[in-house]
Amino acid sequence: MRKVYLDHAATTPLLPEVREAMLPYLGELFGNPSCLHDWGDAAREAMDTAREQVAELIGASADEIIFTGSGTESNNFAVKGLALAQQGRGKHIIVSAIEHFSVLHSAKTLEKWGFELSEVPVDRYGVVDPDEVRKRIRKDTVLVSVMHANGEAGTIESIPEIARITRENNISFHTDAIASAGTVPVNVKELGVDALSLAGNQFYGPKGVGALYIRQGVRVMPLLDGGVQEEGRRAGTENVPAIVGLGKAAELATKDMASRMKHLGYLRDRLLNELPARIDHAVITGHPENRLPGNASFCVQFIEGESMLMLLNSQGVAVTSGSACTSRALKASHVLIAMGLSHEIAQGSVLFTFGIDNTEKDVDYVLEVLPPIVEKLRQMSPLYAKFIKKGEGGA
Amino acid sequence: MPIYSEKVMEYFMNPRNVGEIDNPDGVGEVGNPVCGDMMTFYIKVKDKRLEDVKFKTFGCGAAIAVSSMVSEMAKGKTLDEAKKITPELVAKELDGLPKNKFHCSNLGAQALSKAIDSYLKKQAKGGKK
Repeated sequence: MRKVYLDHAATTPLLPEVREAMLPYLGELFGNPSCLHDWGDAAREAMDTAREQVAELIGASADEIIFTGSGTESNNFAVKGLALAQQGRGKHIIVSAIEHFSVLHSAKTLEKWGFELSEVPVDRYGVVDPDEVRKRIRKDTVLVSVMHANGEAGTIESIPEIARITRENNISFHTDAIASAGTVPVNVKELGVDALSLAGNQFYGPKGVGALYIRQGVRVMPLLDGGVQEEGRRAGTENVPAIVGLGKAAELATKDMASRMKHLGYLRDRLLNELPARIDHAVITGHPENRLPGNASFCVQFIEGESMLMLLNSQGVAVTSGSACTSRALKASHVLIAMGLSHEIAQGSVLFTFGIDNTEKDVDYVLEVLPPIVEKLRQMSPLYAKFIKKGEGGA
Repeated sequence: MPIYSEKVMEYFMNPRNVGEIDNPDGVGEVGNPVCGDMMTFYIKVKDKRLEDVKFKTFGCGAAIAVSSMVSEMAKGKTLDEAKKITPELVAKELDGLPKNKFHCSNLGAQALSKAIDSYLKKQAKGGKK
């Protein structure tokens, strides 16, 4: 059976070049970068190179990059670390309603610690209106965090415009670029942000490693206390092989970005155009144009995402869904709900995210196997029966 | 480890008794799309036995497998016997359900019971049979 992996938003495979670059650091070059002997020197040198490579990817300087253990850690570090470092100035923070849980839940934790939180809504395409951010700014606002791109809806936000507002008001601005860095051009100077999160496993690097950009001169409270790794901002012996892998992946992403984007954009557009033509009542979610090149997200009405996912898996196709049944918390995706979709429609969420190894044949295969799956589930669905008989619930 | 047992997968992939019954003797509907699962059961009764049971389900793999299993367990049973099908029994027959899905997906017994009640109510009002 054909195997088609279309869940690159969950994680990308490791590129062979990246694995090759990592291997020596899982072998003979096992030293601790804090040590002053040859073993330590070799590890430290490798980390310096990786830091340059990551800095290059986002237009930063190497000393503005802190390595972390994941994108989630980067987001926790940015939100909590920036807010805590400035709590003397004020205790109000602003985040968008469609942030990843690592930002949203960090913000909620800050609430428990005495901060006040404002959430910025999004429109039906998942776009944050910069004016909505402006409206929520108060005298005591110390941090705004709005993601660069949403991995689920694919929508890319107007970060430079929001940055202009935060700069005018002298407020720190963090953006979660985990879904976008390494996939589309991300330049911290052009975006105008004070902090930016990224993660290796989103662009063919290893899992368990991320980075946080902190603009020169911006203070951040460390989450982890201990030694003086990462200039004292992130204690703990570094995961050198993963950091080397992240660096290599960043270098390749910088080099190949334009051709990757073209390839992914083509596959995405084919699916976005052809799937609704083959399946009635399948709506595209997210912004029609301003979206990540590999992201094709839909809600298929009258059926539920998990059963669709399972039947696709039985045909060799790996996807994800934002339906309540798919999530461990059994709640529909907060992103889809924030975009104004009803629970009923959000239940039919299915997300295809392409990677560089996918081909046009993969799109053809999805277009071949999905319609009968949808048909099978609709024949079972009481909602579809109601729609056919009475026209109820159509969108 | 896969989240579902082989039996759940089998009943999900090849569901039994999907559909509606024309002029059913009883109909039972449970669930709502917010929690994710909706089930409608249709029954045909003859000599106080469930001559036919069919269902339609909107929901996850577990919900479809549950409906399918309940329909199979109920078919041919007397109304009293069918009323004794509990969510626990259904889960046991399916070799278990994921803990977090036990309640939301395991609505089949309830939907069947509602269908039987609707039949009994009709009977009490002096309907047919």
